[in-house]
Amino acid sequence: MPPNKTAERLAADVTSSDSAFRRFLHGLPGVDPVGLEARAASLGTRSIKTTAKAYAIDLAISMIDLTTLEGSDTPGKVRSLCAKGINPDPLDRTTPRVAAICVYPDMAGVAAGALKGSGIKVASVATGFPAGRVSREVKIADTRDALAAGADEIDMVIDRGAFLAGRFLDVYEEIRAVKEAAGSARLKVIFETGELSTYDNIRRASWIGMLAGADFIKTSTGKVAVNATPANTLLMLEAVRDFREQTGVQVGVKPAGGIRTSKDAIKFLVLVNETAGEDWLSNHWFRFGASSLLNDLLMQRQKLSTGRYSGPDYVTVD
Amino acid sequence: MNAVDVAVRLSVFKTYKNFVGGKFPRSESGRVYEVSSAKGQWLANAPRSSRKDARDAVVAARKAFGGWSGATAYNRGQILYRVAEMLEGRREQYALEVAEAEGLSRGKAAAQVDAAIDRWVWYAGWTDKIAQVAGGANPVAGPYFNLSTPEPTGVVAVLAPQKSSLLGLVSVLAPVIATGNTAVVVTSEDRPLPALSLGEVLATSDVPGGTVNVLSGRTAEIAPTLAAHMDVNAIDLTGAPADLAAELEAAAADNLKRVLRPGADDWSADPGTARLTAFLETKTVWHPTGPLGAGGSSY
Repeated sequence: MPPNKTAERLAADVTSSDSAFRRFLHGLPGVDPVGLEARAASLGTRSIKTTAKAYAIDLAISMIDLTTLEGSDTPGKVRSLCAKGINPDPLDRTTPRVAAICVYPDMAGVAAGALKGSGIKVASVATGFPAGRVSREVKIADTRDALAAGADEIDMVIDRGAFLAGRFLDVYEEIRAVKEAAGSARLKVIFETGELSTYDNIRRASWIGMLAGADFIKTSTGKVAVNATPANTLLMLEAVRDFREQTGVQVGVKPAGGIRTSKDAIKFLVLVNETAGEDWLSNHWFRFGASSLLNDLLMQRQKLSTGRYSGPDYVTVD
Repeated sequence: MNAVDVAVRLSVFKTYKNFVGGKFPRSESGRVYEVSSAKGQWLANAPRSSRKDARDAVVAARKAFGGWSGATAYNRGQILYRVAEMLEGRREQYALEVAEAEGLSRGKAAAQVDAAIDRWVWYAGWTDKIAQVAGGANPVAGPYFNLSTPEPTGVVAVLAPQKSSLLGLVSVLAPVIATGNTAVVVTSEDRPLPALSLGEVLATSDVPGGTVNVLSGRTAEIAPTLAAHMDVNAIDLTGAPADLAAELEAAAADNLKRVLRPGADDWSADPGTARLTAFLETKTVWHPTGPLGAGGSSY
């Protein structure tokens, strides 16, 4: 539930009926795709060097939701990932810790045990991740399951089928229901932007998520061909900026999937700073859903501290 | 017909570019430098590669290593022979480039090119024979086979000879990749054009992209980056300036790179196998010869 009167009133107003909600969402300003992509590309050309780069790398490391979402996940693999999250570079203790470890619900307990006392959050995907093609009862049960196992944060997927069929209110109510089940745990709402087909749809989905009380809006599951891109993340950053302007409620953003290099990560940080602003430049409001990104950030960090290029032999294989 | 119709054809100049990951990029820095013939006449602008080009080349070489070192020795031999075939078809072009670069007569330059082609064939033949020469079965006091086999070292940085622009280059490059290593080659500083053109031959010879990466530029600028790079496993200092070689060797010690020191090389001499074995590791495995029952080994 939006924690603020203005947001609550807005949500109650626009979701009074299916047609009112549709009218509101279709009334959002249309996205100029060419302009959006050009803007994202031009912000990607900023040159970030030396001390600014060192700051950006450490900030990016502290924003990572270090993720393993494979059918082959074992307790051992999750534990070793947790160990890496706590101490990313054993040769350099000044390296910051990651923000969270992101796992499937059945592994949340293992992660919670391994992360005890570290300050790193346990994020668990839920609601039938990644497809979300299960009934609402199952989604709620999945969420409760993850919480019971020790998850601090829930990453839910929206019902893209309902969204694409135009049943926006269904999508909204489902997020409300999961939010209620999540209680005080922060809720990240995954849109799977690669399946929404248009930028206008991404903007609409962002508003549905924010109105329904999402703490974070997240681009994608990492399980489809197109994941986080600078353009769709820029669009979502604009949405959270506009939402805060209108209601005073700040919502976080999490691009996930396909961000593999330090260069990419720094481009995203530039987007955040230039679009949403400095308020979002912390791991409370911005996260990277990634796994191999951490290794590249560590190699860049080693390059900055030693002056010579590092290699994959000097970071863990995971 | 007036005079305008009589076409005075402008010749089309070739833009010499690096060869990295199977593609022909310009230097990331956008810089070039002038390359002159031995007589001091301008020939072309060659890319003046930066340390970032070196880094990108190492990434490409590392990516290619699994596939190239995993290819069968026979297959590698076929591909290297194919390189010789492709070169043979472009002898004229290389003879001209070598003649201009080294100030040789056309006849002498052609002889250099022929020798370079023959050198590819020589090393192509060695790919599936080096294991028999450099490896073998070791006698041990126990019921085991004990076998040593040569394995490629990994990514090898090669500082190509400064004088011999094609034959020297082939003589240092071919043995590196023949055994399954991948290479980042820094061309001769003043005579880079035949080496940059060699990229065109490699690109059309089924050599997987990234197996050979060719960078031109200032040796003293690129070499220290490669020598200190933690993901380079060996460095061939053949083309290193004398005052730089010791420094490069020290930088290479950080991750225990194999170092081949510069020597007095005669590229026209019989190459032998020294350069093949310089970038090999030896893997030794113990293999039980049979079930060890109460009666001892069945062998």
